[in-house]
Amino acid sequence: MSVAKPLPHDAARLHVTGAARYIDDIPTPANALHLAFGVSDVAHGTVTSCDLDAVRSAPGVVAVLTAKDLPHENDVSPSVHDEPLLSTGDVHYVGQPIFLVAATSHLAARKAVRRARIEITEKPAILSIDAAMAANSRFEDGPRIYAKGDAASAIANAPYVTEGSFHIGGQEHFYLEGQSALAMPQEGGDMIVHSSSQHPTEIQHKVAEALGRPMNAVRVEVRRMGGGFGGKESQGNALAVACAIVADRTGRPTKMRYDRDDDMVITGKRHDFRIDYRVGTDAEGRIQGIDFLQLCRCGWAQDLSLPVADRAMLHADNAYHLPHVRIESHRLKTNTQSATAFRGFGGPQGMIGIERVMDHIAHALGRDPLEVRRVNYYRPAAGASGGSISAKMKPQTTPYHMPVEDFILHEMTDRLVETSDYTARQAAVAQWNAENTVLKKGIALTPVKFGISFTLTHLNQAGALVHVYQDGSIHMNHGGTEMGQGLFQKVAQVAANRFGVDVDRVKITATDTAKVPNTSATAASSGSDLNGMAVKAACDTIRDRLAGFVAERFQTDADAVRFAGGHVHVGGEALRFDEVIKDAYMNRISLSATGFYKTPKIVWDRIKGTGRPFFYFAYGAAATEVVIDTLTGENRILRADILHDCGASLNPALDIGQIEGAYVQGAGWLTTEELVWDGAGRLTTHAPSTYKIPACSDRPDIFNVALWEGENREETIYRSKAVGEPPLMLGISAFMALSNAAAACGANYPDLQAPATAEAVLQAVKRARGG
Amino acid sequence: MADISFLLNGETVQITDVAPTETLLDWLRETRGLTGTKEGCNEGDCGACTVMVTDDSGARALNACILFLPQLHGRAVRTVEGIASPDGELHPVQEAMVTHHGSQCGFCTPGFIVSMATGHLNGRTDHDDQLAGNLCRCTGYAPIIRAAEAAEGADVPAWMHDPAPAVDAGSDDQCFLPHSTDALAAWYADNPGGTLIAGATDVGLWVTKSLRELAPVAFLNGVADLRQIDITDNTITIGAAVTMAELLPVLRDHYPSYAELARRYGSDQVRQAATIGGNIANGSPIGDNPPALIALGATLRLRKGAARREMPLEDFFIDYGKQDRAPGEFVEAIVIPRVPDRLKCYKLSKRFDQDISAVCGCFNLTVTDATVTRARIAFGGMAGIPKRATQVETALIGQPWTEATVAAAQAQFAADFTPLSDMRASAAYRLETASAMLMRYFAEDQGAATDVLAVTP
Repeated sequence: MSVAKPLPHDAARLHVTGAARYIDDIPTPANALHLAFGVSDVAHGTVTSCDLDAVRSAPGVVAVLTAKDLPHENDVSPSVHDEPLLSTGDVHYVGQPIFLVAATSHLAARKAVRRARIEITEKPAILSIDAAMAANSRFEDGPRIYAKGDAASAIANAPYVTEGSFHIGGQEHFYLEGQSALAMPQEGGDMIVHSSSQHPTEIQHKVAEALGRPMNAVRVEVRRMGGGFGGKESQGNALAVACAIVADRTGRPTKMRYDRDDDMVITGKRHDFRIDYRVGTDAEGRIQGIDFLQLCRCGWAQDLSLPVADRAMLHADNAYHLPHVRIESHRLKTNTQSATAFRGFGGPQGMIGIERVMDHIAHALGRDPLEVRRVNYYRPAAGASGGSISAKMKPQTTPYHMPVEDFILHEMTDRLVETSDYTARQAAVAQWNAENTVLKKGIALTPVKFGISFTLTHLNQAGALVHVYQDGSIHMNHGGTEMGQGLFQKVAQVAANRFGVDVDRVKITATDTAKVPNTSATAASSGSDLNGMAVKAACDTIRDRLAGFVAERFQTDADAVRFAGGHVHVGGEALRFDEVIKDAYMNRISLSATGFYKTPKIVWDRIKGTGRPFFYFAYGAAATEVVIDTLTGENRILRADILHDCGASLNPALDIGQIEGAYVQGAGWLTTEELVWDGAGRLTTHAPSTYKIPACSDRPDIFNVALWEGENREETIYRSKAVGEPPLMLGISAFMALSNAAAACGANYPDLQAPATAEAVLQAVKRARGG
Repeated sequence: MADISFLLNGETVQITDVAPTETLLDWLRETRGLTGTKEGCNEGDCGACTVMVTDDSGARALNACILFLPQLHGRAVRTVEGIASPDGELHPVQEAMVTHHGSQCGFCTPGFIVSMATGHLNGRTDHDDQLAGNLCRCTGYAPIIRAAEAAEGADVPAWMHDPAPAVDAGSDDQCFLPHSTDALAAWYADNPGGTLIAGATDVGLWVTKSLRELAPVAFLNGVADLRQIDITDNTITIGAAVTMAELLPVLRDHYPSYAELARRYGSDQVRQAATIGGNIANGSPIGDNPPALIALGATLRLRKGAARREMPLEDFFIDYGKQDRAPGEFVEAIVIPRVPDRLKCYKLSKRFDQDISAVCGCFNLTVTDATVTRARIAFGGMAGIPKRATQVETALIGQPWTEATVAAAQAQFAADFTPLSDMRASAAYRLETASAMLMRYFAEDQGAATDVLAVTP
């Protein structure tokens, strides 16, 4: 069995030797051109003059393009054609591309850009959530509302009511490899594009539109990305389209990569939110009714903001049964970068909203936060240990009326409480706090329930192409992209398993729109689920042909043929796989097949907010202990214990890697990673010198990660579960632990806001003290 | 222009007419086709471009994105392509990174590998410090540290030992590579509009981010007599070109709290390049050395031609962007008095490692018979220059060393400072925490636990 083995990443050896090739490492012909954008330095306005003469005459410059030079579509939006590649006169954020320079080197292009003289008449800019609400500046006509029961009455009738307002900052992806693309013009107007993209088909689509050619004239290849995290789902479009246009126009290979500062200024980030809540509970903290107002800052263009905001609504319950609930979501249009996909895709914001509510309820009622969480958990899944099966145990439904059939957090929480020694450590923290005046510790345990599937139902499909060559080597291709998550290795393990051969026999190849068409973005944690199944289908087609061929030889049933250990077992004999392949080839058996998969069971009406948007849920829980300095608010994570559900893991080592990395990234989002815009709408944190992702020493001193032993109740690839996004939200436990530490400073609710920078923690400490 | 020579992965490279500000990173990737070394930020903050540079003072990890080619003259460079043996045998840290799943997307990995191999060569096991300058967005660092620990005991492969080539540079006035302070002084007196480049951790960004053309330039790293530390009974004299990495062990011996501040100064790659002279001469209000040095009562020695003058360090900083330095005059040394250690340095930043201070407060109070007899308090990040808290000092001196005295003195911070708000902190938070640092100093003096970094799970 190749699956379930903790094999290293398929490219690990290439990574450690520097041989792994990224876009900017691809050798280019000597006549290649390099691009840079000239961007707006004004948040909102009209370009009144654009003098680019000095740019044109700069050393090395070959071409300078503005919107009027674009031959066809001037659009790089992944959704509603509202995002011109180059401004058509108005500018909508600081960083919006206005013109494009093609030069003989990357540096020459960057230098030339700065010689532009552009005058912009400023218009009032809408920068904040409050300003957008006041101006009714939004996407969609009005707010989306999902509801179940009668929240207003339930709250009115509840003995205890808690309310508050919570700001959640955005997050820069900070993929280590910046956005980049390379276009190679071909004969007859065809174009090959190498792109650092999670969505090759979208690149193909946008390039074809921009060149005024059908999609079959454009081939997009992605071998790997140096990190994606959602930031390369749509944000690579502009570079690829720009390269293709210049390559088409000049006949020269054209490359573009953003300098880090440009990347951070131009591209979208995680949406920031404000969530207002009003919740009615009983004395134990059990929620009777709850009303959420989710205000989502989307930036200037729609991009993927609607499904992001939808997913925030779909995670407003997290692990908790909300009998009466109303969620109102506003998608606000502002003169800032167009916020985009980022690991969790709105889910983290929705989830921390309800976790914040749990924290607040517990404080208001003087109860243990974990107990409040547990009394609100969904009912256990029928048949899961700890839950008895009876008519009464009918699954409870989410705010969007989907039954929760696979809920395993009761058992997972029990286990984590035990393995993390949570109760004793809670007492030890209280004791430590009694003995310390300047420093305070905090501890919290929070759960994760994350819905798996694209909420845009048609995206839940995938294709694969598998060849077996006559020497018995296997060539595997699918629509998923590799951004570090180990997708290629997991899927190769699936392919090897189907043929009963060693994974070394499987060649992993770059994602290529000419091999597998019409792919969905590698996003929504769906990579292994979708592509694993598609590759399985392709392999099984070939395997069935081989089985039939061999069975006929041995006068037996195809069902009796087994593929294992590098051999084909039939009629008591073990034939070497490569010999069977050679034989099959000689007998004219087709050794190539496509595979296709579409996720079953899902149906979703995003306007009504009803249906089954998710095939299943992935679960996890984390307990984090922190310490804060009450004089300055400085803080750090001391220990984190995680138990996470990957179903029957396809590769436990890669899954644990995803979990560790996601936790630290999630904790970073909620602590040191602060995006700051100035009053003119300029992002002032546009480089790693000012925007602080976690460094090595920021990981927890003690960091225990375990996988829940279980399997997916749904029929996924080898009963595994998706792992890309869910563990990011384990980082919420770090934030709640900081809230717990601040609460140890006084009687009041600390009302900690995110991100919990030292400054925010100090404010929370003061609020706890009543200051 | 200059003619330079260095070893690259064991082979001699000679470059004639090198442009003074071409970075090693661009040259490796664009001219040599060695694309293993990555550009992640182009400002020395992410470490994806880390290379190992060896000279007669040893092997160090440096950021190639802000390393100019002339700085390599007479040294040996090893990139990720030279960490495995020439016949493909992996280095122990490479093996360990594969085995322990230390790479995911792989883009930061070459930089980590070089940092880890350099630390391994130097026998370092303080991995968090060694790797603070390498950012990884995928792994959460845990498997990387497991790999570093696993490789600790392995022998250093023979191919990792680079000899430093002894060669003479050809340099000219536009790109000057002096060997002595005297030669530097003469050149700078003749070229007062020139730029002195020591570690290039700041000047590098003038080139990579501001896209400035710099000429003429002089590189200080070959000036041996500017890199000396002289310790007498009464003073510690530090040459301006002493790097922060070289200074760190000296500080540990004499002023451990300053050493802790220096441990958090940039990253190892930055400390291996950055010099104390550069950190002072650039006049930044948020440099971390000046507050500590001012609190210690350090003296600055400036030189122009053959003429030298000295001044208390705080007098050097006149206003934002303005220092008491004549054209052609340069920082030659800093003289720290050896006094009983009462110094505490507090660095407040969003992230503990490799971050620029929002507030850097340094306190040096003498308490005799329960009375404050002497106080030197200096801050970075609180004004346009590194600045003493004179009103606070006055409120403390002569008073009993009590919480009431501290509370009374805290009120004076607003008289000393009117800080600004920026992306690192608000003005109010700066003022509040500057004041809180005095309380921390007192609490620490009373034996209270005040350092979150010292707390263990």
